[in-house]
Amino acid sequence: MATAADDDAAFHAERRDSDHESFLLHGRMRWLKVALGLGSAAILGYVLADVDPRPNGGSWYGYLLGTLGAGLIVWLSLLGVRKRAITPGRWSLKAWTSAHVYLGLSLVVIATLHTGFQFGWNVHTLAYALMILVIASGVYGMVAYATLPQALSDNRREMTKRQMVEALAAIDRQLEAAAQPLGRVEADLVIAALGQDPFGEGAIARLTGRYRDCRTASALEALAGGDPANERVVALLRKRQAQLAQIRRHMHLRALLEVWLWVHVPLTIMLLAALTAHIVSVFYYW
Amino acid sequence: MGDTAERFKVAIVGSGPAGLSAAARAAARGMSHVLVEKAGHLSDTIHKYQKGKHVMATPSNLVLRSDLDFEAGKREAVLGTWDEQTAGHQVNVRLNTEIVSITGAKGDFTLAVKNGEPIRAEAVVLAIGTQGNPNLVRCPVGEGAVVQYQLDDPAEYVDEHIVVIGAGDAGIENALGLAADPQQRNVVTIVNRSAEFNTAKDANVKALQAMQAEGRITVLMETTARAIDKGEIVFDTRDGELRMRCDRVIARMGSAPPRAFVEGICAEFEEKNGRKVVRPGTGVQFTSADRVAYPKLSPMFESTVPGVYVIGALAGYPLIKHCMNQGYDVIEFIAGNTDLKPADEPILAAKFAPLPGGRSVDEWLALFARNIEIFREVSPLQLRELMLESEAHAFAAGETLFVRNEPGSSLFAIAEGSVLVEVDPEDSSKTVPIGQGSIVGEVGLISGRPRGSTVRAAEPTVCVELSRRAALKLLATAPAAARAVNRIAIERQLLQIFGSGLKPEDVAGLVEAAEVLDVAAGKVVIAEGADDKDVYVVRRGSMIVEKAIGGKPVFLSYLPAGSYLGEMAAIDGSKRTATVKAAIRSEVVRFPGEAFVALLEAKPKLREKALADMAGRRAVTQFIEGRKDSFGSAVDYYSETAQFLVDNGIGEATDVLLIDEKLCVGCDNCEKACADSHDGLSRLDREAGRTYAHLHVPTSCRHCEHPHCMADCPPDAIRRGADGEVFIAETCIGCGNCQRNCPYGVIRMDAKPPRKPSLLSWILFGAGPGPGEASYAWRKANAQGEEAKLAIKCDMCSGIEGGPACVRACPTGAAIRVSPEKFLRFTKLVEDVG
Repeated sequence: MATAADDDAAFHAERRDSDHESFLLHGRMRWLKVALGLGSAAILGYVLADVDPRPNGGSWYGYLLGTLGAGLIVWLSLLGVRKRAITPGRWSLKAWTSAHVYLGLSLVVIATLHTGFQFGWNVHTLAYALMILVIASGVYGMVAYATLPQALSDNRREMTKRQMVEALAAIDRQLEAAAQPLGRVEADLVIAALGQDPFGEGAIARLTGRYRDCRTASALEALAGGDPANERVVALLRKRQAQLAQIRRHMHLRALLEVWLWVHVPLTIMLLAALTAHIVSVFYYW
Repeated sequence: MGDTAERFKVAIVGSGPAGLSAAARAAARGMSHVLVEKAGHLSDTIHKYQKGKHVMATPSNLVLRSDLDFEAGKREAVLGTWDEQTAGHQVNVRLNTEIVSITGAKGDFTLAVKNGEPIRAEAVVLAIGTQGNPNLVRCPVGEGAVVQYQLDDPAEYVDEHIVVIGAGDAGIENALGLAADPQQRNVVTIVNRSAEFNTAKDANVKALQAMQAEGRITVLMETTARAIDKGEIVFDTRDGELRMRCDRVIARMGSAPPRAFVEGICAEFEEKNGRKVVRPGTGVQFTSADRVAYPKLSPMFESTVPGVYVIGALAGYPLIKHCMNQGYDVIEFIAGNTDLKPADEPILAAKFAPLPGGRSVDEWLALFARNIEIFREVSPLQLRELMLESEAHAFAAGETLFVRNEPGSSLFAIAEGSVLVEVDPEDSSKTVPIGQGSIVGEVGLISGRPRGSTVRAAEPTVCVELSRRAALKLLATAPAAARAVNRIAIERQLLQIFGSGLKPEDVAGLVEAAEVLDVAAGKVVIAEGADDKDVYVVRRGSMIVEKAIGGKPVFLSYLPAGSYLGEMAAIDGSKRTATVKAAIRSEVVRFPGEAFVALLEAKPKLREKALADMAGRRAVTQFIEGRKDSFGSAVDYYSETAQFLVDNGIGEATDVLLIDEKLCVGCDNCEKACADSHDGLSRLDREAGRTYAHLHVPTSCRHCEHPHCMADCPPDAIRRGADGEVFIAETCIGCGNCQRNCPYGVIRMDAKPPRKPSLLSWILFGAGPGPGEASYAWRKANAQGEEAKLAIKCDMCSGIEGGPACVRACPTGAAIRVSPEKFLRFTKLVEDVG
């Protein structure tokens, strides 16, 4: 029906980052293209390079790939610093993540070619194995990042974690008041449910989202309807169970989004140590 | 009563900073005086500040002229100094004395005291502030019953039966506070006169109902108190009488603003429609009927009733230092020392020093009042005050006042000389002159948008630049100024929208016929299918355009302030093709369609532009209509998402942070980056806020076009910066008004935390709390000295290279900043988000 004053858009465009793309699609998958180029160049070089007697990490081409790989590993591990050092400047962590993912994947090609397919029980193969494990955990992370957030958002239903916990506390207070008229046996079931730490079943429960020993569930099973006081308690227990399910699912999804970092980061540190040992030993025993 | 009562030279009503300072001056001068305070202690407003609150002393360049000392410090220290010095000066204080009316004339006023002997005085100084009196309980209160109108610290009361009367926000918050900790074992009852909670915020009502469900608070609806006695209260309820144990009543039934009392001073009354009203022209008069208007005052603070003086917040000066200086000055004036220069004289002298011509402060003020149209009705006192919040500039010929697209909300008034407005951004030689006495820059004032054009001086020019706050105050108190600004603004906006080639004479007819309308949020301005022909310009706020397709309203477009609408019907005589309604409370200017068509007839170039705009919009409508058949769900999705965003304040935003929850992994790196870019405090709460279709609007500043936070900032510390960001300057006094005024809850009050050890020492040695906002415990343990709690909010990382840190630090691309006019487009929403 009308025309907007056209200067506003131009005015804000300068400062605003409206490009709305995920880290995987960033810059029209610029870093995927770079990684593919790098990988194919490495393969082509491997085929064409005439090294004697056979492809080996110690050949000139092996050194080339090794230097490139070591450089990449060091740079990739610096993402942790970049993420935390909020310095001024035109950098974007999304671009870093994008490059981290694709260049990290290209290492599979580069480092494998660097080995010349010579493996053994030594520090060199240890470094390679650690690198593959780091990349494998990273692949899991990438998939988790790409698929889980939507479920996390759906489950939240506009509540913050804190609000969920507060809602649970409110239900618990109502439950405590409502359970007063119950008989001894029934009241004990409610007391047991309220007294239990409903999230305290350890890492496995958190990662699987299954809580076997949930006393709220047992209380619900034991307390069938009947008189009005019972019914009110059952209704509140159902509310409590639903609230618990939301919090547990939130914790479950967050755990799935975070667990791989507990592998990825320590292994990266071990990899850096093994890589150092690998490089030092190679030059020491030249 | 009678002549036996002592007659004072001056009675000072109210013992806030202004009244206290006046009383101290009177005491020091040996003038017979009385200081009357309705509370049981001096300076009730500051007394009511929370314990330990840091009281600021701004503006720092203003010299304090008072017999009492005042410097920034804790509430207790400030009040202690005043109590001590008031006693030292032997000020004649009467506490617990409430004045109910003032009658008489200069030389012999009678101040009627509630439950006490009247006071007589030759002159009256009103320093009662703007808080007003709390409404009192109307039922009988027995001996020994405890009734209070304020609750300082809910933790003070233990094991009591407490009744809170009044279920507005204040009452509910008090009741919740008293019942919050079960350990206190208070039995709390809240009483509401009506059957609904009409005046309270939704969140408060919900919290109250939750507490009621838990049995921790008793809520009595449709109930009033009949009698309060020691240990007992009697209610009238819908079902009859109810008696309850009650150790304490907290009455929170709102307060009456002091204006009615002030207007009734020495007034004559008449009957009108069965009600007693003040006869016009008598009593203390105000500058306008506007809610924010102040009493009309002479340069000596004298009101329209001779002998009655008004100072302090009620006179329009909310800052403590101003108040104290006025207290001093008003007593000097009453004592006959009329040559006294106000304490702000050196500030104004410094402001005017760079101006050519070597005039004195008084000469400049007289020149401004004479030459500038909008200052014509302004009193010299008000002008002085305006100048304190304004700047005076001298420009050489050709020098620029401001540049197109520069954000700026100040108003320039041309005192001497004239300026040229560049109307064509491509060609700076195309200009429109604006002469002496007129104003420029009023568009920023009204719409909050950046400057529409570059303005330069045509000759050596002297201008007064009024800050947005000063200008708005002027418009609220001087109706003639408001009318002048309005007329000029409409004319200029028309010229700006319809582009080059138009002259003020061309649009004179339109301006004459224009009508400014206030449109409530959601109200329809143009209804689809109607056959009215008016044309509208959005002056403030924004509009959304909808069209019914297949029986459902489909969102077509978003129109920010500065857009025009409705011309299609005027041009081709067709029925309205879409519905236009206000996204937020807006102001539109309505023009009759015929006048608009006549303008188009006269200006073929304008006609061409209008036709081109029309074709563009028809294309958008057809595109979406076409999509509806093949792609119906996308159109629905787009409409619903657009509506969700508008409901969440995007309609008044200029820049908003959105989080795509299909990408957000919840790492909170945005919050950490925010804290680490700004003194260690985050200005954003990622998790809180509304979500629709995985598009999340976190609690973070929207940089509103008309920031609610700016509305009432005593030191005028909230401004709009170079990139359109709304930020809080260092002059913040920590009063918390902005936090209360923000409807989105994005402003927090906090003290600047101590410096953290470097990132490297955290990574290597685990020193300090690590990246992001440090925990409250760490901040408290490592605090060095006392830091005042000040207001903090998003400033869009102004001055930081690379732009907003929240977006830069998002690892997955979930955090994006958008402007509504760019984001609320079909293609953007469906293809980008969908």
